[in-house]
Amino acid sequence: MAHGGGGRATARLLDSLFRPAFDNPWLERQHDGAVLDMPGAMAFTTDSFVVRPLFFPGSDIGAMAVHGTVNDIAMCGAEPQYLSAGFILEEGLPLATLRRVVDSMAAAARETGVRIVTGDLKVVERGKADGLYINTAGVGRVVANHPIEPGQVRPGDRLLLSGDIGRHGIAVMAAREKLDLQSAIESDCASIAPPVMALLNEGIAIRCLRDLTRGGLASALVEVAETAGLAARIQEADIPVREDISAVCELLGLDPLHVANEGRFMAVVAPEDVDRAIDILRRHSVSEAAVDIGLFLEGSAGLVTAQSVIGGSRVVDMLSGEQLPRIC
Amino acid sequence: MTQDSTAEPPLTRWRVCVRGIVQGVGFRPFVYRQATDLGVTGWVGNSPEGVEIEAEGHPLVLKQLVSALIQHAPANARIDDVHTEPVAHPGAFREFSIRESQKRGEASAQLPADWATCQQCLQELYDPDNRRYRYPFINCTDCGPRYSLIEALPYDRANTAMKHFQMCGRCLEEYHDPASRRFHAEAAACPDCGPHLAFCRSDGDTLAEGGAALAVAVSRLAAGEIIALKGVGGFQLLVDARKLQRVQRLRERKGRPDKPLAVMFGSMESLQVACPVTEQERQLLAGPERPIVLLHTRNHGLADNIAPGRSELGVMLPSTPLHELLLRDLGFPVVATSGNRSGEPIAIDNSDARARLADIADGFLVHDRSILRPLDDSVAHVVAGRPQLLRRARGYSPNLFLSFPMLPGWGATGGHLKTTVALSTDAGVVLSQHLGDMDSVLGREGFEHTVDSLQGLFATRVQCWAHDDHPDYYTTRRAQEMGPVQRPVQHHVAHIAAVMAEHGIREPILGVAWDGSGLGEDQTLWGGEFLRVDSRGYKRLAHLRRFPLPGGEAAAREPRRSALGILYALMGEPVMGFESLLPVSDFSRAERKLLLQALKSGLNAPETSSIGRLFDAVAALVGIRQKASYEGQAAAELEAMQGCEAGARAYKFGLSVPGADRPWQVDWEPVIQGILADIARSAPVSEISAAFQQALVNVIVRVAKRAELSRIALGGGCFQNACLLGTTVTALNRAGFQVFWPCQVPPNDGGLALGQLAWASRVHQNREALCVWPYQDV
Ligand SMILES: [Fe+3]
Ligand SMILES: [Mg+2]
Ligand SMILES: [Zn+2]
Ligand SMILES: [Zn+2]
Repeated sequence: MAHGGGGRATARLLDSLFRPAFDNPWLERQHDGAVLDMPGAMAFTTDSFVVRPLFFPGSDIGAMAVHGTVNDIAMCGAEPQYLSAGFILEEGLPLATLRRVVDSMAAAARETGVRIVTGDLKVVERGKADGLYINTAGVGRVVANHPIEPGQVRPGDRLLLSGDIGRHGIAVMAAREKLDLQSAIESDCASIAPPVMALLNEGIAIRCLRDLTRGGLASALVEVAETAGLAARIQEADIPVREDISAVCELLGLDPLHVANEGRFMAVVAPEDVDRAIDILRRHSVSEAAVDIGLFLEGSAGLVTAQSVIGGSRVVDMLSGEQLPRIC
Repeated sequence: MTQDSTAEPPLTRWRVCVRGIVQGVGFRPFVYRQATDLGVTGWVGNSPEGVEIEAEGHPLVLKQLVSALIQHAPANARIDDVHTEPVAHPGAFREFSIRESQKRGEASAQLPADWATCQQCLQELYDPDNRRYRYPFINCTDCGPRYSLIEALPYDRANTAMKHFQMCGRCLEEYHDPASRRFHAEAAACPDCGPHLAFCRSDGDTLAEGGAALAVAVSRLAAGEIIALKGVGGFQLLVDARKLQRVQRLRERKGRPDKPLAVMFGSMESLQVACPVTEQERQLLAGPERPIVLLHTRNHGLADNIAPGRSELGVMLPSTPLHELLLRDLGFPVVATSGNRSGEPIAIDNSDARARLADIADGFLVHDRSILRPLDDSVAHVVAGRPQLLRRARGYSPNLFLSFPMLPGWGATGGHLKTTVALSTDAGVVLSQHLGDMDSVLGREGFEHTVDSLQGLFATRVQCWAHDDHPDYYTTRRAQEMGPVQRPVQHHVAHIAAVMAEHGIREPILGVAWDGSGLGEDQTLWGGEFLRVDSRGYKRLAHLRRFPLPGGEAAAREPRRSALGILYALMGEPVMGFESLLPVSDFSRAERKLLLQALKSGLNAPETSSIGRLFDAVAALVGIRQKASYEGQAAAELEAMQGCEAGARAYKFGLSVPGADRPWQVDWEPVIQGILADIARSAPVSEISAAFQQALVNVIVRVAKRAELSRIALGGGCFQNACLLGTTVTALNRAGFQVFWPCQVPPNDGGLALGQLAWASRVHQNREALCVWPYQDV
């Protein structure tokens, strides 16, 4: 890989690899940027992807780069439409690897119905990047007819979780550390836009949406509660965690509530819409295991408690980083 | 005036200021009696500093008065300082009087703690002719609840939970009679005007009241039921201590499978029949603070499951008239444990208790005097010839008595578990009662309430909050939020600073801080630290060689993880095949494979230099315990396997000095090798345990000698271990060192707040001179 100097080599790579893969009229125009025709309110977001390894069971950095940004757009109550993609490649990255990533991105984009309409490519010296980094930005048309944000959450609102948690984080960790797991654990990486669009189209009173990426359910929930100025209570037993995931977590001393996901979100909805919302969610494969796990209530801002099966409760904290032992 | 001025020296007037615990302990009437006996005129009153006296008389008589004040002070008073100065205008007083509190806005006097029923009240309690005969709320200025029912200072009835009870005429008479023990006894009451008992079910239905309520509780306890009783600082759960099944039922309902329970005996006589005590232990048990005292004795007639696997047994005597009456009527000892679910603070409110303890207690013996703040029973033991507190709460909180001054306006938020809060106030340093763990909502609420109420009670606005280095302790976050200024203090430095503060020692000193773990400045987990503290700050002189903890925090619950980590550090990958080693075979093959990978890649396997975890590793290796059901269980059970005598045999730690400016390593390798060899030849666990402990003691002495500092401070949770502490103190003394260890402040994280406060304010005062040494620790 010696492309990216902006010369012929880069151009050849774009012609041979990216344009055919992403295949759309904007790229065909070979212009400096894409001109988009977007009436009305628009959501705009960006994210960078630095995962190691590049490929892991169930997904890869390419699909993550598409789904991550698509999901962030969906969390704004918008329908994802266009993405940009910026690549930083490490010198020496095999072309076949890049092709695999780009194909995976293209497939993810097709499946989600978004177009990758502009991009950039840079190559850095050997040892300066872990193979490849991707940044994506995206825009989408706002579908929601009311604001969807933590400030809308009211006491009594219910908290819905779109499916089981912890798979992505454990799958990536297992691949990175070459862990020998008893069972195959695949990332949950997927687009969560379809169920979100369905909720919006059917008029569910959504207060807030949040995808459960880094920091897991715990961080997302504490953040929303803090901003909303409310407390939240969840039922530990109602949170779906696959048995093999919880066994690995327990052995390694990890809390599934803090493990990252890439295809999971929480939806805060008005209490009267809970049943309908769950019905709608369950019609989509990515959220077929959606459940009601708790609610928001008056209390100190950001105080999230998890009720255990035996009746006790613990406080769920957002951690500063690694899970360093607090027990003296 | 008709006195003969040639024969008698002239009258003089002195102003006497007495500082210490002199309010709420009957000090003013005591002064009144002394003064009137001596024919001195003038007055006595409470002041912000304590008690103020103006006394007029002949100089010799005034001297006599002052020495009488010091020598015959009331039992529960504590005089820190008496200052006298002559003042002008003698001859104006006609009598001696007691003045009401004047400066009501000021509240900087020390707060009396909650004390057990005094001898005189006990006599009245059992005197059929006394109007308080068998009245469960009898008290006087020498005894009874105080801190638990004070809302605000000054300590007047209107500022206490007693404000709802209008005193009857006879009580009022005593209240205003300087000659009475109940003169200004703010909590005084009688059956006509004071609180009353009730016995109810968890749904709130009252089954009996007054004396009948007590009788119901007695018969139900005798029948084996579990009764929740409202004590001074909160609810306690009681059950017959003699019957294994009855104790077991309490354990099951409380979800407390193994953790030791305390036993309350009705009298010292019955206690001594069951467990022999030393004179010091007897004094500690019978003192007004009335703590739970851990005894290293065998007991007779108690159920076997009260303190399983432990060498010590926690016992106590009745601390209130209600306990007195109940235990006397029962005629047998009861288990008395705090009324809470594990990890949560003790319940103090009647309806809250009924809700929270509904699944545990069969009935509730309650009363209508409210408790304003939860206070657990304090826990103490006698080690190396002195009492040491392990949990500081009822009877001791909130005042601390330190022999050095500290600038007011500082606060410290303590640790994450066994949390306490410390403040420096005009009245000296205040250390809150044990607040429990910060993992529960109720624990955090207790923390918030205490931070507010202590600042209110002592009229102190904290300007600077000291806290731990760990970013995820709740108390760290709160300190950072409360502002306006914060100062982090490293965990083990705080442990040592607490000892220095308690004993008023100045640097240089060698601090030995051994505990479970705390965050070090190099972001590893410390816990086997030797710190040199001098005028420049502190230096990490030596530490235990690090080993990994697979599973991080999970290692604190599973000693087998510490063992696996240390074995991996010792032998690497092959260790996973040593199935003859219990901590290895306790994991399945698949688990081992995964843990091996985690250890190899450092995946949630933080490195630690903790002695507490080393104890765990050894306990797991010798087969005492692979998983713990409460904190410190494995180490305590290991301790119980051996006698307390210094062992003849000892393993030997390596001590390597890697070169300038790097800490010495205390290497566990030869110790673990020795233990493995002894396990292989099936040496008795007691022998291994003793040789291990002796090795720990020896290495402290070796490091101390090498450090060339004559004074040693021991701190951290490991020094709760009576055997370890006792033998270490003896060995260091024998080697010529002067040794200090925590006595009135717990060695565990319950003492962190004091250390944080002392260190942070010291650093602040010597902003230029005192700092952490720039120190490369690789
Ligand atoms: Fe500690
Ligand atoms: Mg994102
Ligand atoms: Zn009394
Ligand atoms: Zn009365």
